[in-house]
Amino acid sequence: MTLNDFQYSNIIHRCFRCGYCKFPVDWTDVNNCPPYARFRMESYSCGGRLWLTRAWLNEQINWSEYLAEILYSCTTCKNCEIKCPLRFNVDIVNMVVSARAEMVEAGKVPKAVKDFLQNIELYGNPYGASRTNRIAWTKGIEIDRYNGHEYLLYIGCAGSYDIRAQKSSKALAQILLKAGVSFGVLGDEETCDGNETHNLGEKGLFELLANKNIKTFNKMGVSKIITLSPHAFNAFKNYYPSYGGNFNVFHYTHILNSLLKTGRIKFSDSFHKKTVFHDPYFLGRWNGEYETPREILRVIPDIELMEMEKNRSGALCCGGGSGNFQMDLLGGSESSPARRRIREAYEMGAQIIAVSCPKCLIMLEDAIKAEGMDDKLSVMDISEIVAKACNI
Amino acid sequence: MDSIYNALCDIVGKEYCSNLPEEIYIYSYDLGTAEPKKPDYVVSPRTVEEIQKIVLLARDKNIPLVPLGGGLSLAGLAIPQKGGIVIDLKRMDSIIEVNERARYAVIECGVSQGQLISYLKKHHPNLTHSEPGAPPAATVAGNIIIHGQGDLAHPYGFSSDMVLGLEVVLPSGDIIRIGSCALGSGWFTIHPLPDIGLFLGWCRTTGIITKLSIKLFPAKKIRGTGTFVVEDEELIPEIIYKITHTQIPEDIIVYSRAIPPFAKGLHHITVNLAADSEKELEFKQELIWDDTLGEYIKNDLGGYLGFTKELERPQISKTSDYKKGGGFEYVGGIMPIDTYPQCYIRGREISEKHDIPYTVTARIIGLAHSMMFAWTYAFNRADEETIKKAREALYETDELVIELGGVIWKPGIYGQRLVMDRLHPGTKNLMKKIKTIIDPLGIMNPGNWELL
Ligand SMILES: Cc1cc2nc3c(=O)[nH]c(=O)nc-3n(C[C@H](O)[C@H](O)[C@H](O)COP(=O)(O)OP(=O)(O)OC[C@H]3O[C@@H](n4cnc5c(N)ncnc54)[C@H](O)[C@@H]3O)c2cc1C
Repeated sequence: MTLNDFQYSNIIHRCFRCGYCKFPVDWTDVNNCPPYARFRMESYSCGGRLWLTRAWLNEQINWSEYLAEILYSCTTCKNCEIKCPLRFNVDIVNMVVSARAEMVEAGKVPKAVKDFLQNIELYGNPYGASRTNRIAWTKGIEIDRYNGHEYLLYIGCAGSYDIRAQKSSKALAQILLKAGVSFGVLGDEETCDGNETHNLGEKGLFELLANKNIKTFNKMGVSKIITLSPHAFNAFKNYYPSYGGNFNVFHYTHILNSLLKTGRIKFSDSFHKKTVFHDPYFLGRWNGEYETPREILRVIPDIELMEMEKNRSGALCCGGGSGNFQMDLLGGSESSPARRRIREAYEMGAQIIAVSCPKCLIMLEDAIKAEGMDDKLSVMDISEIVAKACNI
Repeated sequence: MDSIYNALCDIVGKEYCSNLPEEIYIYSYDLGTAEPKKPDYVVSPRTVEEIQKIVLLARDKNIPLVPLGGGLSLAGLAIPQKGGIVIDLKRMDSIIEVNERARYAVIECGVSQGQLISYLKKHHPNLTHSEPGAPPAATVAGNIIIHGQGDLAHPYGFSSDMVLGLEVVLPSGDIIRIGSCALGSGWFTIHPLPDIGLFLGWCRTTGIITKLSIKLFPAKKIRGTGTFVVEDEELIPEIIYKITHTQIPEDIIVYSRAIPPFAKGLHHITVNLAADSEKELEFKQELIWDDTLGEYIKNDLGGYLGFTKELERPQISKTSDYKKGGGFEYVGGIMPIDTYPQCYIRGREISEKHDIPYTVTARIIGLAHSMMFAWTYAFNRADEETIKKAREALYETDELVIELGGVIWKPGIYGQRLVMDRLHPGTKNLMKKIKTIIDPLGIMNPGNWELL
C-alpha cells in the first residue's frame, strides 16, 4: 500500500494540525480527544494520528506495534469532527478507519486488536466466551425467543457477557415485560453486531457478521429492532442498509421514552439522587440523539438532574469505543478518559452517573473503582434507574 | 540502554518520555514550511521541579533543549535545529489565580488560549485577556514569549506588554522570579524593579518560562465587529490615524485578499467595538462610522458593510485549506502604519510572482504606534513544489520587511540572520555577553540566533 492507493489520499494532507480537535465545545481544556487526554503527546492527538498515518503510507516511517496502538487508541468518538473548522472534517474518522483497514490488510495490527477480532470470528463475541453463555443474562426471567414478536431485543456482546452490563440488560427486559411490549431475543443465536469490527478496519469480518445477522433477522421476519447498545444501534441503522439490511431500529431509550409518554410504564418509587447524564457518542455525535435519554431522566420522581460541564456534542468519551472497552488501550492511568469523567462528575457533586450504553457502564464502573470512589459515586444505566423507579 | 532516556523517564515518568520514531517524527515538524529536524527525546513534564531536573540533566550532558507550547508559531521556532530534548509544556496547564479586582491572572506556561477564555467566561465574566487569532490550542505563554498580538492590541499593545510577572527556569537550572512576585507579594506588577527583559523576544534562548502573570481587561457585555471597505490603499494610514484618535475600538484589522475574486484589491477595515449597553454601543458606532468615516462614504471613497454583534472566535486555520492544501505560513513584520500601501503592493507582487493568491492582514498595535503586517502564503502539503514556492516567497518577504524599515516578527532561521546582520553592533555585543553568562553551554534552542 502506498499513499496514492489510500482511499483518502487526496484529503489526508489537509490536516493543518492546529489542535481545535482537542477541545470540547466550550474550550474548557485540551482533553476531549480520548487518546490525547490519556497520553498527552502530539502523536496521540487527532492531527498527530493523521500526520503519522500519512508518514507511514508515504514510507517516511515504518509500521510498528506502537504506531498501530496510536491508531487503534482512537475511539472514533468524533469530537474532532465537531471541532475541526476545515471542510474535510466529516472524513476524519473515516480516514482513521481506512488507515486501520490498511493495517489489517497488511496483517499488522496490535495483539489486543488481533485477539479482539479473532474472538469475534471464533465465538461471535470479543470476550472469547462460549456462544451458549450468551443467554446467561436472562437467568431468573422468562423471555421469549424471538418468534414473530413486534420487536427483536438485540442485547449485543457487552450486555450479554459482561457481569455488570448484564444487570442493565436484565433491567431493560423486565421493564419491557412489565409494559407488555411484544418482544423476543435471539438467545444463543445472537452474534456480534460488528460495529467495532467495522471501525477497527476489519471490513471482511464485518461483512460476514452483517450478512449473517441480516440473514438471521430476515429469516425470522424481524422488522423492528430494539438495541441495548448505541453501538449496535449505529451498525444496524447506518451500516446494515448498504448490505441490504433495512430494519426499523430503535435504541432502547427511544422505546422507554415512548412507553413513559403513553403511560405504559409508571413510576412508583422516588429516586432522590443528584444525577448527571454521560452522553454515549454513538447516540450523540454519531446519530444526533441527545435529548431522548434526558427526557426520560427528567421525569424520574425526585431526581436532581444536573448537566456535566462537557455534555452533548462536547461530551468526553469514556474511552471504551473502537473495542477499547475490552482492549483497553487507553486504560491504566488516572489520565484515562473514564477516570477523568468520573472526577468531573464527582467534582460537581453528582451521586449517580447515568448512562445509556453498556460499554460506558463497564468503563465508568471500572473507573469508579480505580479512583476509589465506590462509596461516593455510582454509575447506573438508564434502564436500571427506570426499573428502580418502577420498583421492578 | 540509553542512559539519558532512562534519566528522563525517571524525571517525568515513562509515559511522558519518548525516543520512539513516532514521537520523533511528529515533533520534528511544525505547521509551516520549515525543514523538519529530529529531536532525540520528547518529554512532557508536569511540574516546575521536573522541568528544573530536565534542565540540569541537559546542562550536565550538554544536550540542547527546545521548549514547546502549542507549536503553532508557524516559523519553525520550536523545531529542534540541533536535536536534543523537546519539552512539550502543555501539561503545565493550571490556572493558579485570577485576581478579579486587580485584573490579573497567574497561569502555568501550558495554559492554552482556549482554556483561559473559557475559564474567564465561566468564573470571571467581567474579565478578558488579549486573545490572538491563533488557534485556541496556542499557549498564552508561547504568544507572549514571541511578542504576539491579540484582540486588545490596539488599546494595550503587544501581548508581551501585558506581563506582570514571570517565573523562569534558567539554563543553569536556577529558578528565578521577576516582578512583584519576586518579593513574595502578589503577581500584580512587573515594575518598578530593575528591567530584566531577558525572556521575552529572546526566542527561548534564555530560559523556560514556567509561570506568568498577565493583565486582564474589562469584558464588556456586548462585543461586535463592523467592517468598512475602501479601494485605495493610500487611504489606509490616514483612516487608521483617524480611527485610533477616537481611542474607542478594541481591535482594528485591515485585510485584503485575492479570494474571493470580487474582493480582490479592496481593503477591509474591521473594527471591534465593545459596550455595556446599547446606548454606549450606539454612541461608539456613531463616533466611528459617522463622525470619523462618514466623509469617506460621502465622497464615495469607502463603504460601510455593517456591524455584527457577538464576536466569533477567528478561525484563521481555514486559510490552510484555501487550495485544499493543508498549509500556510506568514511573515509578520512590525511596521510603521505609513508603510501600509507599500506592504500591500509589494506583498501582492511577491504572491503573484510565486503563483499564490495573495492574502495580507494588518493588526493595529498600541494606538497605531505600529502594525503587525502579515503576508500569508498558502501551500499544498502534498506538493513539494508549492512548499518551495511558499518558502521562497517567505524569504523574499523577510527581506521586504527590512527594506521597508520594519522589524521581522518571530523570524525563522532565515529572518533571524537578516536581523542579526543589521543589528546595532553595541546591541549585538551586549546580547552576546548576556547569552554567554546565562547559557554558557548554549543548550537553549541552539541553531536559533546563532550569531549571538
Ligand atoms: C492560524 C494562525 C493564526 C495566528 N494568529 C496569530 C495572531 O493573531 N496573533 C499572534 O500573535 N500570533 C498568531 N499566530 C502565531 C502563533 O500561533 C501564536 O503567536 C501562538 O500564540 C504561539 O503560541 P504557541 O503556544 O503555539 O507557541 P510555540 O510555537 O509552541 O512557541 C513559540 C516559541 O516560544 C518558545 N516557547 C514556548 N513556550 C515556552 C516557554 N514556556 N518558555 C520558553 N520558551 C517557550 C518555543 O520554543 C517557540 O520558540 C497564529 C498562528 C496560526 C497558526
